[in-house]
Amino acid sequence: MNQSDFLKVVLPFKDKVFRLAKRLLVSTEEAEDATQELIFKLWRSKDKIAGYKNVEAFAMTMTKNYCFDRLKSKQASNLTLVHSNYKEKETSLDKKLEHQDSVNQVHQLIERLPEQQKIIIQLRDIEQYDFDEICKMVDMKPTAVRVALSRARKTIREQLIKKHNYGVS
Amino acid sequence: MELANIEKLIEKYENAETTLQEEATLRNYFKEGDVAQHLQEYAYMFTYFSVSKDETYTKTIKLETKKSKKKNFKWLSVAASVVLLFSVFVGKQQYSEYQERKEAEKIYAEVSKGLKLLSKNLKKGEQAVATLHTYDNSVKKILR
Repeated sequence: MNQSDFLKVVLPFKDKVFRLAKRLLVSTEEAEDATQELIFKLWRSKDKIAGYKNVEAFAMTMTKNYCFDRLKSKQASNLTLVHSNYKEKETSLDKKLEHQDSVNQVHQLIERLPEQQKIIIQLRDIEQYDFDEICKMVDMKPTAVRVALSRARKTIREQLIKKHNYGVS
Repeated sequence: MELANIEKLIEKYENAETTLQEEATLRNYFKEGDVAQHLQEYAYMFTYFSVSKDETYTKTIKLETKKSKKKNFKWLSVAASVVLLFSVFVGKQQYSEYQERKEAEKIYAEVSKGLKLLSKNLKKGEQAVATLHTYDNSVKKILR
């Protein structure tokens, strides 16, 4: 597998890797570093990859594990995650100014979900993978994935309703 | 799409039972903007999901530079271990040399101490001999 072959395989899902990393690591810079690192890891094991049917699923699993490791080492060294990219989010949302706040709230609400639910929401509702693939990526049973997803969706909606009611009353 | 249908799909969606196709239907419904009041929260959620999907990784991917860096690192460690070995070797030599010199000094000091003692005793003997000599002379004078 030479470089251009490798890039042909990797480029279609590099954004997905980046978005999952960002979902878990929060900061854009961290996610960029993680993406670079992961693609480089894939490149080093390119001979192994050539035999895989679904490199994308493999890469997503790797991303998940890598981010978990990063988070663990971060907790160990007592660093807190600083959210530094709200600005950027807002500019991309400019078109939908009227709903901007509420849409941003969804971002914050997802951030507060447990890691497992975060990943599943990311994979399903944002990246739109089907359940089989998600099961493989997170190494969970289909029922467990569904339960987690349902819980995440319900939580987000309930929290949104709660927030809006605060706003009204 | 009729509202009743959407509500049914929403219920399925909440229980995570919708297919990707059904979710696409929901997405389209909420994108069109004419959303029933009690479903407004879902509109926010779906808007957020589709906006999030637009985010891309914009940096260029590097595949080579890091590799050579790693290699340098490996060679650096080899060099470091060579230097360490060499310095231990030289240090050991220097140390044993120093030890030898110290030993020699010690021996020299001891020897010179012994010689001093010897010369002191010899001097004593000489003096004794000298007094003996004068004694002998006076005896000879008297006897003569």
